[in-house]
Amino acid sequence: MNKETPLVYELSQEGKKGFSLPHSHFDSSDISKLVPESLMRDPEMDLPSVSEPELVRHYVNLSQKNFSVDTNFYPLGSCTMKYNPKINEDAARFDGFANIHPLQPEDSLQGIMKLLFDLESSLKEITGMDRFTLQPAAGAHGELCGMMLVKSYHEARGDMKRKNVLVPDSSHGTNPASAALFGFNVVEVKSDERGRVDLAHLKSLINDETACLMLTNPNTIGLFEDDIQQIQKAIHDVGGLLYYDGANMNALLGIARPGDMGFDIVHLNLHKTFSTPHGGGGPGAGPVGVKKHLIPYLPTPLVKEEKGVYSWDEDIPDSIGKLRAFLGNIGVLVRAYVYIAHLGREGLKQVSQDAIINANYLKKKIEEHFTVPFPGFCMHEFVAQAVKQNDLGVHATDIAKRLLDFGIHAPTIYFPLIVAEAMMIEPTETESKATLDQFVKVMLTIADEAVEFPERLHEAPFTLAISRPDEVKAARNPILTYKDYRASKDNNGSSSISTTGVPVHAG
Amino acid sequence: MNFPSELKYSKSHEWAKQDGDKIVVGITEYAQKELSDVVYVELPAEEQETQQSKAICIVESVKAAFDIYAPVSGTVVEFNKQLEADPGLINRDPYGEGWFFSVTPSNVSELDNLLSNKEYEQLLSQEAK
Repeated sequence: MNKETPLVYELSQEGKKGFSLPHSHFDSSDISKLVPESLMRDPEMDLPSVSEPELVRHYVNLSQKNFSVDTNFYPLGSCTMKYNPKINEDAARFDGFANIHPLQPEDSLQGIMKLLFDLESSLKEITGMDRFTLQPAAGAHGELCGMMLVKSYHEARGDMKRKNVLVPDSSHGTNPASAALFGFNVVEVKSDERGRVDLAHLKSLINDETACLMLTNPNTIGLFEDDIQQIQKAIHDVGGLLYYDGANMNALLGIARPGDMGFDIVHLNLHKTFSTPHGGGGPGAGPVGVKKHLIPYLPTPLVKEEKGVYSWDEDIPDSIGKLRAFLGNIGVLVRAYVYIAHLGREGLKQVSQDAIINANYLKKKIEEHFTVPFPGFCMHEFVAQAVKQNDLGVHATDIAKRLLDFGIHAPTIYFPLIVAEAMMIEPTETESKATLDQFVKVMLTIADEAVEFPERLHEAPFTLAISRPDEVKAARNPILTYKDYRASKDNNGSSSISTTGVPVHAG
Repeated sequence: MNFPSELKYSKSHEWAKQDGDKIVVGITEYAQKELSDVVYVELPAEEQETQQSKAICIVESVKAAFDIYAPVSGTVVEFNKQLEADPGLINRDPYGEGWFFSVTPSNVSELDNLLSNKEYEQLLSQEAK
């Protein structure tokens, strides 16, 4: 199973096929007489010729190489790779959700519209916000939505000089990217020695040109921004808005609400906190919630309810417009709704409590061997550093790669950027003490290995089909199609494919 | 590590070299090492305005993407087109073939705000602590 799988093209043998068509009752015509030559494909399409069992085995073997939260522990910090309950999947496949069309008449869509309306009500209660749009397709899309709302809000007041968006130096990379994409000037705020926003530095940067501060709370180091009251006051005093990046909401469910902390805009990553599958690029959902003063600018349409009847509300004259077709990734919204409904208030609170306890347990257990830069309790995740190992020539990458040999997904490494040799570990609430203890055991084993044979760790992983893909070559000369691959083989006779081999995670 | 004495250094790890009436800019040996293998450079456009200590272009390595800050204010004269095809030049020859761009400075005295090689080395040893 851990051998390298050939490409389906490499299995191809002329004459083999996996289909048989019935005898045709019609006369066949020469296609070149029916279709102009300019529209004909030349050369002919190059498709592999394989039999049905060969094809099935090829893809089943590939699928078994998947690393997923259904197969292994996945402590990928910031990504909240919690187990996704299968009841979510059941509900998303109900006929009434899976086989409807958004252009059906409203009276035939009342079920899904009620679900969306109720999901919005739950998200409002969980975050302390006044209204939500469910359209954004992911966290970064939500951020872009947020930036559009910020601009509309200031400009509607005739305040045209608000060009600066502040982000902490520990922020998710999407924060400055979203602000810059929408044309704002990004201003970086330093972290203090406690790993939190440096309040004095923040105050020195804000003025009547401040549009917004984007903040993750708890922040990317897994620490609660305990100056949040002073931060929100400082921003609001200069007329700016406060944006909440909800990537770390898994620490706060039922415990604290961004709306009560003074945030004006909030995005949630339903695919993280509310247990919808992610990794590999989506689909996700990044609903955006706002306080009253921003409701007039929300994307259209919203769902409204009158006397138990639901309808689309498209009468939002100052709306920033549509962000996504219809109401977003409906299947993801259904799954999140089911998760919230089946856990309820108490269940959601326990989710966050358990996530926090699990992270603190791991932190305590490994902090003697891996440096933890900021003392005290963490929230749902923490950052450890491979500092002692670095002195032995072993880096966070080597530790991450070695974990794969033990069937554990690597933590997020080299992020946040302000922490050297960072490993960001987020166990989530769904892991048992036995799994956590196994992780600790493996981490301590690797710490020992770093002392005993540091050189060998540079070769890890030892048990996987692909060990250390050449990431530099893959980035400099990406081979993305079979055509490119064949051309590169013809050019240099070598058959090595550059692939990064590392699962991409959705932000 | 090598920090030539004829160059001036910024705290954000760029170097600047006076070459006639223009100033050539690149990143230091320390910076290229920290970045690890550079895989992509987004260079500034010719005639783009630069402002001292403001981000002007981006380098990407397999680890992350980083901003490069202009060590002086002025106008970009030329950028190193070779980097587009071979960004590894930055790692192999940071002070030579791996230069980024050159600038006509609007105020040459801004060079005095930058560090000497000795001061830059001192900064690095402080950062290491």
